Amino acid sequence: MKFRTLDVVQIGLYLVALVLLTPLVGGFMANVFSGEKHLMKPIFGKLENRVYKVCRIDPSGEMNWKEYTLALLAFNLVGFILVFIFQEMQRYLPINPRHLPAVSWDLAFNTAVSFVTNTNWQSYAGETTMSYFVQMLGLTVQNFLSAATGIVVVLPFIRGIVRKKTDAIGNFWVDVTRTTLYILVPLSVFLAMVLVGEGTVQTLSNYRNVQTLGGQEQVIPVGPAASQIAIKQLGSNGGGFFNMNSTHPFENPTPLTDFLEMLSILLIGSGLVYTYGKMIGSMRQAFVIWSVMMAMFIGMLSVSLYSEWKFHPAYVSTPTMEGKETRFGITNSVIWEVATTSASNGSVNAMHDSMTPLSGLVALVNMMTGEVIFGGVGAGLYGMFHFILLTVFIAGLMVGRTPEYLGKKIETYEVKMAVIGVVAPSAAILILTAIGSVTHAGLSAINNSGPHGFSEILYAFTSAAANNGSAFAGLNTNTVFYNLTQAAGMLIGRYAVIIPILAISGSLARKKSIPPSPGTFPTDTPLFGFLLVGVIIIISALTFFPALALGPVVEHFLMLAGKTF
Amino acid sequence: MSSEGKSNRGLTSAFDKKIVLQALADSFKKLDPRTLVRNPVMFVVEVVAVVATCVVLLSVVSRQPSPVAFDLQITLWLWVTVLFANFAEAIAEGRGKAQADALRRARSETIARKIENGKEIEVGATELLKGDIVVCEGGDVIPADGLVIEGIASVDESAITGESAPVIRESGEERNAVTGGTKVLSDRIVIRIIAEPGSTFMDKIISLVEGARRQKTPNEIALTILLSALTIVFLLAVATFPAFMQYGANASGISIKEYITLPILASLLVCLIPTTIGGLLSAIGISGMDRLIRKNVIATSGRAAEAAGDVDVLLLDKTGTITLGNRMASNFIPAPGIPVERLADAAQLSSIADETPEGRSIVVLAKEKYGLRAKEVRDVDAEFIPFSAQTKMSGVEIPGIGGSRPRSIRKGSGEAIKKFVTDLGRTFPQSVQKSLEEIAREGSTPLVVVENGDVLGVVQLKDIVKGGIKERFAQLRIMGIKTVMITGDNTLTAAAIAAEAGVDDFIAEAKPEDKLARIRTEQANGHLVGMIGDGTNDAPALAQADVGIAMNSGTQAAREAGNMVDLDSNPTKLIEVVETGKKLLMTRGAMTTFSIANDVSKYFAIIPAMTGTLYAFGKPFGPLSALNIMRLGSPESAILSAVIFNAIIIILLVPLALKGVKYRPVGASAVLRRNLWIYGAGGIIAPFIGIKLIDMIVNVLRLV
Repeated sequence: MKFRTLDVVQIGLYLVALVLLTPLVGGFMANVFSGEKHLMKPIFGKLENRVYKVCRIDPSGEMNWKEYTLALLAFNLVGFILVFIFQEMQRYLPINPRHLPAVSWDLAFNTAVSFVTNTNWQSYAGETTMSYFVQMLGLTVQNFLSAATGIVVVLPFIRGIVRKKTDAIGNFWVDVTRTTLYILVPLSVFLAMVLVGEGTVQTLSNYRNVQTLGGQEQVIPVGPAASQIAIKQLGSNGGGFFNMNSTHPFENPTPLTDFLEMLSILLIGSGLVYTYGKMIGSMRQAFVIWSVMMAMFIGMLSVSLYSEWKFHPAYVSTPTMEGKETRFGITNSVIWEVATTSASNGSVNAMHDSMTPLSGLVALVNMMTGEVIFGGVGAGLYGMFHFILLTVFIAGLMVGRTPEYLGKKIETYEVKMAVIGVVAPSAAILILTAIGSVTHAGLSAINNSGPHGFSEILYAFTSAAANNGSAFAGLNTNTVFYNLTQAAGMLIGRYAVIIPILAISGSLARKKSIPPSPGTFPTDTPLFGFLLVGVIIIISALTFFPALALGPVVEHFLMLAGKTF
Repeated sequence: MSSEGKSNRGLTSAFDKKIVLQALADSFKKLDPRTLVRNPVMFVVEVVAVVATCVVLLSVVSRQPSPVAFDLQITLWLWVTVLFANFAEAIAEGRGKAQADALRRARSETIARKIENGKEIEVGATELLKGDIVVCEGGDVIPADGLVIEGIASVDESAITGESAPVIRESGEERNAVTGGTKVLSDRIVIRIIAEPGSTFMDKIISLVEGARRQKTPNEIALTILLSALTIVFLLAVATFPAFMQYGANASGISIKEYITLPILASLLVCLIPTTIGGLLSAIGISGMDRLIRKNVIATSGRAAEAAGDVDVLLLDKTGTITLGNRMASNFIPAPGIPVERLADAAQLSSIADETPEGRSIVVLAKEKYGLRAKEVRDVDAEFIPFSAQTKMSGVEIPGIGGSRPRSIRKGSGEAIKKFVTDLGRTFPQSVQKSLEEIAREGSTPLVVVENGDVLGVVQLKDIVKGGIKERFAQLRIMGIKTVMITGDNTLTAAAIAAEAGVDDFIAEAKPEDKLARIRTEQANGHLVGMIGDGTNDAPALAQADVGIAMNSGTQAAREAGNMVDLDSNPTKLIEVVETGKKLLMTRGAMTTFSIANDVSKYFAIIPAMTGTLYAFGKPFGPLSALNIMRLGSPESAILSAVIFNAIIIILLVPLALKGVKYRPVGASAVLRRNLWIYGAGGIIAPFIGIKLIDMIVNVLRLV
């Protein structure tokens, strides 16, 4: 196999489609959030008002950051409890044609945390563990709501930038309702339709018993997959209906579905940057952020493509097809791999465990940057805000003024919060991996020897704390140890980033705004873009260099020397 | 007085032997963990150094086979790192201390002549209380801050201002404030002390230059938090590393005990945490204040020095800042039918007795332009009429001698002369009125000359804009600073001068309250405003401004309202203060960037040294030794070199921290690009070279 023109075309097509759709989706979202006229208003407008009426929400009532945060946490807590109870009670609940029993407590806990935090780490195999009821009303609902939660967190920050001397940063209930109704539901319905049209299954009937060509009996699991897959891709959830995720032909039947599912991974994350620019009134600012994300994405993609396509004597056949779908081939697997890890999505169409060490490194680094390369819906952008504030603070002094971003002074409080937002997930990854790599409970789950085994542990905890949810696989994580430690990682990775950014939003909104001048630290120039990339890479690299050196880096060198694991 | 002259006064070079010796001693005193804890980064280094010391001591005592020589060297360099950081701070403080000591010595020896119950008694200056009355005569040193309540005297204030020309201090409203430590040259004044002991202006200066009561500025606090957070991250990275290493060791079936010792982990940690900026942060702050002091500006807090860098609107008084204090006659414009010589002659005559600079400039102009020799006052038998606030005119009455007509000449503002002429029943020529307007439009002031009721014409008095000020304002504009000129002139005049000087905006016919109002508006729009002032009526504006510089010649009220005092009373100082503030912030940012960028190379030195044997499968070196891109001699020399580099970079950067990074008045983008290349890219590359060089030396000397 060789890297051919068709591969270039595929990559080009993917990037071009993403670029073209970004302003479309981004502009639409900006209209939704600012309460302006938009396409979906006539369709769901009545429903929106109805939701407010039933829930007794005053849509004009604004919250301060603490109220906003409490509302968000309460909303997620209720979601967590429901998903947990559904799993424990599934045998008493309807739509359980396989009569699946209650899920073990630690797995149920892990799964509930996982779906509420938009991680969608799956320690379970969907088809053998969860009833249709749990999948639809527990997991798919959370796919929507956790994604909406992520998206709305961006909004207070925008208001913090735009507004002056106020405590009000918006109404959580209004933001979350609009996001779900106008953005997530219509986009997923559309995508689900296309998927069904291409052959993705969507049914409530029982698994099929069929006679194979060899005359054997085989149980073919089916279910309401398309509806879950659409939102799993769009909402950077990633939790597949089936255990094999998007490698499974019922989830991802054709090249078109593969393309659309891949595109959906980055669509909202990329669009949100456009939304940001539109809402703060400076497309240049947004364009620099978007370019940083795109440049890092292309850089990571290039490394991974190079590594997968290059001839490595250690492998019997290169490029190696182990763990990849022959239907999709190398290039599509790599695009998906890089997209899903940079976007905190976590769905897969190939097994990352089997990729070359450098590809594994790319996946790890994507997550270790805090998922800011487009990132999870909302999460990518608000994670990026933390880095922007740090960049502004570190380098801003060099122009001879105390640091400011978009007219707002960055002071002790903002630095404190931004630091928590960047450091907490990293700390979780390091500490949990350290525990995992020396304890029996951690080590006993490894399937591979050598540095690859270490990479598996590192990947698992990185994926959790980055709220990615993709698995390196090769690690049996359905144990009490992993279920609980992973859950801890997911919670820290989610809320230790969200709460600080909301606190910052509140603080920014209270500040006055300093008009820009030629003496202002410029944040809308290519120079700032380079600086931002530099800070992201240096901070992540400095934190994880030792761990990466002992994982994928050493594995890469060993592979070059002819030794694989 | 030249600026070089000033900067040398009382201040000695940074590396004066005495200061260096004192700083060396202080470096050890500052090891006290109670003081060091204020600097979290250096505190961590000290803790780590203590741990390493214990390890070395234990291995010596227990005589266990261990690389004592290596551990000992590491430990010593860890201590040196802390000492170097302490030295940086001490030397910055030392420069201020030297000046403070000189001031204090002068102060403690002063004897005050206190008036008690009508009698004069001698007490030490430090025993004076607020409200005490003292008397000072020629030759006495004023014992403490006070107000003159009786008398007038010339005072030498060079002790605090460096300005050798004496100033007049007298009872009354404007010039009644005297400062302790200054010297009365002649006459006798009675002073009411207005400062409590220990809180006089001089005490404040002493404590400020000493940095004794130095508090961290808001930006320093924020930076310290960032540095502490980085320290925590690296603490975690280093603390978890042994676990990762252990996994690797198990997987490759070897023991790695010799590579995960406490001294080695300590080295890794100390190399990674931002010791460079952590060690220099406080020196940068102190020397920023010090640079202000060298410019003879005393900031009452570090916060004010920091705010100076942020100022983006400057309110500048026209007179003294933008223009020279005085207007100069520049042109004679005669009325129709009047020869210009006649106008010049009359103008000159009327100005002979006028000792104001304007009056003298008229005499000089008439002489230079028309060869009219100035007559001496005594040569003319004439009665001079001085300027009065009622008539707004001055002039001369020359009696007719020897048949010549008596001459009655008046000169004054257009308004005044017009009224004068009309009262006489004469007409004010239309063309003269036109000249008046034209002159005003050019930003000059017209004086109309009238003789025996005939309007002769107009003398144009021009405001002279200071040389180079336009370029200065252009620089400020590039830096994003808006300049607003404040003047009592009418709008036409103000507009013309504003255009000539290149200010961005002006307030004409300004009343004192206009300044305050303007500051409030600018602040409401998010701007930070700097201004300089001297009068009592400036006090509210000075207090409102983000950076308010009071001139030392100003009133007590003004001095207390501002957050800086300019000892030279030079209104142009404001611009220098802003530049100094910017330089302070730039230096801090550059060092932070440099410090963080440095870490990249240290990983490439230490990680391969620690992990080089993993997965070697029988060979001497494993795959990770490929990360040793500097080709350092041995694992031990690599670690030692990194630690040594980490320590000496602090001391190498001390001069830069004290001097500040190079400042150029260009836009933010250009400044950023330049500093990023030097301190960002340079910060990544420099240590690769430095560590390699040190490693070569370490190997040549066989230190490990």
